[in-house]
Amino acid sequence: MLVPSKSARRAVHLLFFALFVPVFALPLLVIVAASFATGWSGALPSGATLAHYRDIAHGDALDALLTSVLTALAASLTALTAGTWAALAAEKRTRRTRRIIDALFLLPVAVPSVVVGLSLLVAFSRPPLLLNGTPQIVILAHTVLVTAFAYQSVTAALTRLDPAYEQCAAGLGARPVHVLWRVKLPLLLPSLTAAAGLCFALSMGELSATMMIYPPDWLPLPVQIFAATDRGSLFTGAALAVALMATTLLVLLGLSRLRTKASYR
Amino acid sequence: MPAPAATAPTRKEAPAAPGPASGIRFDGVRVTYGRRGEHTVLDSLDLTVAPGEVLALLGPSGSGKTTALRTVAGFVQPAAGRVLIGDRDVTGLPPHRRGIGMVVQQYALFPHMKVAENVAFGLRARRTPRAEIPGRVAEALEMTGMAAYAGRHPRELSGGQQQRVALARALAIRPGVLLLDEPLSALDAQLRSGMLAELARLHRELPDVSILYVTHDQIEALTLADRIAVLDRARLQDCGTPQELYRRPRTEFTASFVGTANLLPVTVRADRGGVDFAGRQLTVPVGDGLAGGAAATLCLRPHLVGLGERPHDGGPGNTLRGTITEVQWRGATHRLYVSVDGHRVLADVPERRRTPAPGEDIALHFAPEDAVLIPAGLTEDGAHHA
Repeated sequence: MLVPSKSARRAVHLLFFALFVPVFALPLLVIVAASFATGWSGALPSGATLAHYRDIAHGDALDALLTSVLTALAASLTALTAGTWAALAAEKRTRRTRRIIDALFLLPVAVPSVVVGLSLLVAFSRPPLLLNGTPQIVILAHTVLVTAFAYQSVTAALTRLDPAYEQCAAGLGARPVHVLWRVKLPLLLPSLTAAAGLCFALSMGELSATMMIYPPDWLPLPVQIFAATDRGSLFTGAALAVALMATTLLVLLGLSRLRTKASYR
Repeated sequence: MPAPAATAPTRKEAPAAPGPASGIRFDGVRVTYGRRGEHTVLDSLDLTVAPGEVLALLGPSGSGKTTALRTVAGFVQPAAGRVLIGDRDVTGLPPHRRGIGMVVQQYALFPHMKVAENVAFGLRARRTPRAEIPGRVAEALEMTGMAAYAGRHPRELSGGQQQRVALARALAIRPGVLLLDEPLSALDAQLRSGMLAELARLHRELPDVSILYVTHDQIEALTLADRIAVLDRARLQDCGTPQELYRRPRTEFTASFVGTANLLPVTVRADRGGVDFAGRQLTVPVGDGLAGGAAATLCLRPHLVGLGERPHDGGPGNTLRGTITEVQWRGATHRLYVSVDGHRVLADVPERRRTPAPGEDIALHFAPEDAVLIPAGLTEDGAHHA
């Protein structure tokens, strides 16, 4: 779009595909191919079978997928609620307070997620707050990690929101709660669903913090993928990865449909 | 058309005007910004909008006119002074408890609601009985001529239509006070004059609604307002009916902002029978406030300046001689820019067969009673508040 001449535009497109295909698309395609493969001796996996999918359908992979989805749903909903609340509250504060809140919410992103996992493990391993070994600690870790993104997307959306809407609503006699539910949140809905999708996707793929804390009865799919490939079952791992990918994409697709319905301008 | 009901529930006594109307009163309202309040954007404003009156706040950008309106709406908290709606002191009240209708420049219709839902918003927010809402919405849309668009979304409407919906939304709650913040400035010129007529009609239909109309456009103010308050640099400069401000401006600022004016530096003659201007004597009525020898500004509207040494009817007149520097054709009139001893004088003269050309020497005249003297000390803040 920024390139005027036709040939230059073609060159830019070529460059894009030259970078995009091997870095983004091919590895994913290879994973998909591997999940259907019977052997892998050459450069690419070969053969065609559904055996790996049959295997994981009988094993505990479905449980792991369900665990991942439940964790991601719980974590992203909590994060979205907390992030939105914080963003709405921060908006009314002075600039300095706002900057402190911004920094606080950036903390889990700045700290390596392994460290977040370890710190939660250390913090909640003694009564009265004994969460070690429960599913809640996994959800908590994911929530901590994704809240920052929810907070940031909502804050960005709030700064773009014309204050005239809020003021007109208040002028027409709407109490602050009414303004929030009938005007502000509906106007923020596109950003909220985008934030929810981001949080969900991040949580679905979270491994490093999860590795530190997951209890044996709450084993998210990424951990199982790691375990499968670690013990050499590459094709099973690939099939699990495809299942994870497909589920995440499906949820994101559903959210984006919701978003197009919710965008007005 | 139904009579609008005032929404101030705590009124203690009946207002002076007939009907349940409420006016607005600014009582020494001062608004400052900055951590220590070092920037004054509105300085001790005393102003009253009578019930049922249209008062235009006229001023250039940064004059404080929008700030004044926002103190009534409750979006700006004054550092000092009080704001009253009807007899109710609303200074500390949050916006949603003030019972005002408001229309802003950018309409701010809720994009996720249809037109009818937008208009119903204020009614729902005020817990109007559910059964009443459809009727009130229809009535407000009828009033603004938007009944056919009730099922549309705001994005499907033109700017003018959106502004009508915004007006309907504000009127649906039957406010005693309507705040209009540059409501027409986002519209193109033709739509604007149509909407002006529409606003005037609406006000005739709702004679009890007090309207505070913020604008930087003198035409809007002159057309619509019962009175105009002129603001400049955070201060009220002048306030009066459009005719008063146009014919008898009290300050140079008013003279130049409301209509076009020639402003000439003069000195009052010792006998107070006229003034000296650039070495010549002019006969103009000298008001009581001016002593002999005082410096003053002579204000003269361009359309009251005629060509020739004397008026055709031979009445008394003052003559100015000068050289034309520029001629602008304006359809029905020519605007002549004439240099009189280095002072620029504008004259709007009727179109004539032979157009005067730049460089010509020319004589101009004006009647003594058409000139207004403004004391030199009253150029800034000396206006008396109405």
